[in-house]
Amino acid sequence: MKLAYWMYAGPAHIGTLRVASSFRNVHAIMHAPLGDDYFNVMRSMLERERDFTPVTASVVDRHVLARGSRDKVVSNISRKGEEQRPDLIVLTPTCTSSILQEDLQNFVDRASLYSESDVILADVNHYRVNELQASDKTLEQIVRYYLDRARKEGIFNRSLTDVPSANIIGILTLGFHNQHDCRELKRLLGELGVSINQIIPEGEFLNNLKDLPRAWFNIVPYREIGLMAASFLEKEYGMPYISTTPIGISNTADFVMQVEKLMNFWATVLLGKKFHYDQYVENQTKFVSQAAWFSKSIDCQNLAGKEAVVFGDATHAASITKILSGEMGIRVSCSGTYCKHDAGWFNEQVQGLCDEVIITEDHTEVGDTIARIEPSAIFGTQMERHIGKRIDIPCGVISSPVHIQNFPLGYRPFMGYEGTNQISDLIYNSFNLGMEDHLLDVFGGHDTKGISTKSLSTGGKSIDWTPEAESELKRIPGFVRGKVKKNTEVFARQNNILKITVDVMYAAKERRSIESLA
Amino acid sequence: MKTPETLAFECETGNYHTFCPISCVAWLYQKIEDSFFLVVGTKTCGYFLQNALGVMIFAEPRYAMAELEEGDISAQLNDQKELEKICLQIRDDRNPSVIIWIGTCTTEIIKMDLEGIAPKLEKQIGIPIIVARANGLDYAFTQGEDTVLAAMAHRCPEYKHCTTNLKNRTDEMARIDNHTTNKSPFEASKLTRFNLVLFGSLSSSIASQLNLELKRQSISVSGWLPSQKYEELPGLGEGIYVCGVNPFLSRTATTLMRRRKCKLVGAPFPIGPDGTRAWIEKICSVFDIKSYGLENRESEIWENVKDYIQVINGKSVFFMGDNLLEISLARFLIRCGMIVYEVGIPYMDRRYQAAELLFLQHTCRKMKTPLPRIVEKPDNYGQIQRMHELKPHLAITGMAHANPLEARNIDTKWSVEFTFAQIHGFSSVRDILELVTRPLRRRGVITPGFRSLSKQTTGD
Repeated sequence: MKLAYWMYAGPAHIGTLRVASSFRNVHAIMHAPLGDDYFNVMRSMLERERDFTPVTASVVDRHVLARGSRDKVVSNISRKGEEQRPDLIVLTPTCTSSILQEDLQNFVDRASLYSESDVILADVNHYRVNELQASDKTLEQIVRYYLDRARKEGIFNRSLTDVPSANIIGILTLGFHNQHDCRELKRLLGELGVSINQIIPEGEFLNNLKDLPRAWFNIVPYREIGLMAASFLEKEYGMPYISTTPIGISNTADFVMQVEKLMNFWATVLLGKKFHYDQYVENQTKFVSQAAWFSKSIDCQNLAGKEAVVFGDATHAASITKILSGEMGIRVSCSGTYCKHDAGWFNEQVQGLCDEVIITEDHTEVGDTIARIEPSAIFGTQMERHIGKRIDIPCGVISSPVHIQNFPLGYRPFMGYEGTNQISDLIYNSFNLGMEDHLLDVFGGHDTKGISTKSLSTGGKSIDWTPEAESELKRIPGFVRGKVKKNTEVFARQNNILKITVDVMYAAKERRSIESLA
Repeated sequence: MKTPETLAFECETGNYHTFCPISCVAWLYQKIEDSFFLVVGTKTCGYFLQNALGVMIFAEPRYAMAELEEGDISAQLNDQKELEKICLQIRDDRNPSVIIWIGTCTTEIIKMDLEGIAPKLEKQIGIPIIVARANGLDYAFTQGEDTVLAAMAHRCPEYKHCTTNLKNRTDEMARIDNHTTNKSPFEASKLTRFNLVLFGSLSSSIASQLNLELKRQSISVSGWLPSQKYEELPGLGEGIYVCGVNPFLSRTATTLMRRRKCKLVGAPFPIGPDGTRAWIEKICSVFDIKSYGLENRESEIWENVKDYIQVINGKSVFFMGDNLLEISLARFLIRCGMIVYEVGIPYMDRRYQAAELLFLQHTCRKMKTPLPRIVEKPDNYGQIQRMHELKPHLAITGMAHANPLEARNIDTKWSVEFTFAQIHGFSSVRDILELVTRPLRRRGVITPGFRSLSKQTTGD
């Protein structure tokens, strides 16, 4: 048992459901008690989905516990199969129902006898892995299931596509800026002459999975999700993959050069030509992306030597550390990640780029580190943003866990050359800079902290508040207190009331007119 | 229109969605100022609290998770030792007046003996520990509060009779008045003291408004469960009347009656001017007081909100069911002239809600509208099919269904807003109507020609 206030990565079933509901025409059945199905709320609210989230909870209650849940789960699976005709139904328990130690595989076997859809059990240990690991595993499981079957049925076309192509693995719902990154990646690959074979899981039909191995190579943009599927495809189908994340100028250049290498592996044989991207990279870096010039410009002079702390998932924290210290000359005092399972890789990446490394799932440890270092800016998750607010240090959010703010309507990729611009903006805007910095020092900031209860300047006779009414006023939350006070006084004046009692306050509230609200 | 005399209840036992009952922590820790809530559960529970409810930790919160790990589940670790470690840490860091353990589905399934461990630890750490089993196996959403209040009812001090000594009585009255209402007893001379305790957690300003309403009828409320501070819990016992303000508190009501020997005032709930009036009248009748001025007060409120009523009069509404406030809200909206097609509700205690149900029938007769269909544990998929046919003007629904329904051209309002908004008493009527009419008014204010841009219908 451990005392926990907050967590960076969610429970395993969230990962499984993210993968299942990202594929097209897949339904997930959660075998779980009432209230465990909040995934639907998260997806519907954060992604602003227009369709119903294809996840149904088969509710476990006392009766189900007493009777055994097989019948209920099986009938819910077959019912969903009939109602919505999904290609696949994924069954997953949650932390809670996994303790029941039921033979869920047996439920699934039974259900597949009746259902026209394929049915599988997400094979995840709910107490040992987190959301990210579980989504990695589930994606691999689904890919393996459909490729193995295609191979068995002999409906397999393993020939490479005529034009160079790649799969993007690991774009999914509720990901941190995933949709924007995906669009930017497609653009980047398009400019390199690489067509997209498939993007999984987001928006892909399962029937198409059998054509996955036709791509020339795979791309895993985020190492948290997709590495397992990619290494399965490498092992079984000899597909090479790139796991370098194209975030930042140098990482993107590195990524492009890896693409070149993999392209030329086949291009010389199949197309009789070689691709050369160094010109492209140079052009993009110098003229298209503004980031490289920006870091040389006078604006960034004040950034030199400023201190920052970075914390996030392994992919983003490592990339941002590289950008800050390598590309912008900002000193990274501490860099860290909550992806404990990927500690080795992370350490290797940030070695030499920061003063210290922190790998923890405990946000208080991160908070203490930040408070000790007192950097000029933080680049972290929503939690670090809150920590920063408390100790008055600005924070740019660079990593999941996701928040409604990470689903902007505008285009905000982190990847590719447009991503470098976005990140430069984010970094620059996170620091208090130059003249503004001086002015803030001199005049003590532009926000006043006191609660405004400015009285109405209508002149005339003043209005008294009885002590009871005043203490009642104090109970009203600060952000509306001023308004309530004003409205009550207006009401009192209109009714020639000289002393405001609690009764008068309520009467004023009851009389508020619709015009003032509409 | 002829209406059936009796209400029909259906129980679909379908696949439906509500929030987990542990969500009560989010409002109860704010209500009980000196408390600390410890949710004993898994990562799934913790992630829910931080995510679906959008409860972000700004400062040091007064709730936390005791996160169960593999060792706890497989019983390799000693539950008491583990909880002791955590509670000592809480005591040292926060020193609350009470620690409330919230049991979850997981503690139910592994049969963790929270009730057995609590008394031992309580002695050891010197802070009272209350155990509430707010699990999703037995309860839905707002019933979490019910489990906490029912558990807390056992900790209320025993009420002592002192009817003979008049001096004592006034002293005590003054004391309780100060505690519960923070008001000078300027009207106290007129007041008759009745042993009335109200239960249900309301914001302190709404609670004092209800106190005031009763005071106008010269009834003084002797306390609230929960109180603002744990140490101010009201005395309970024989001779105490209790009355609920929320429809989801059936277990608390039962505990107060059976275990604490209180008398329950079965009234409709003080939601809407009609409900508030009926609630006050019922309390008055129990104390044999003739209520006065309520009819005027009610009609005055109706008069004040008639601009809102115009917006919803004749429109139809569909409750998908979420927070157990559905019957009271449906009754109020019918009184406003709406037509209620269906009232989904996760759980229906027909005894505790008897007065409210009767009032609903009464209201339907008065307004000449058919009785709504009441569906317990509704099947959300089936409800959506029904909505396709009925095409209600408004659906009051959980958050997961709001955007998809909007995309299908059905205006929605989140049911959870009624849980967190102030909806009780005469002065909140406007707030309820503000919530209900907002989606419908939005339709009115967007210029007709642009309408087609904002409403997009997905193929279905």
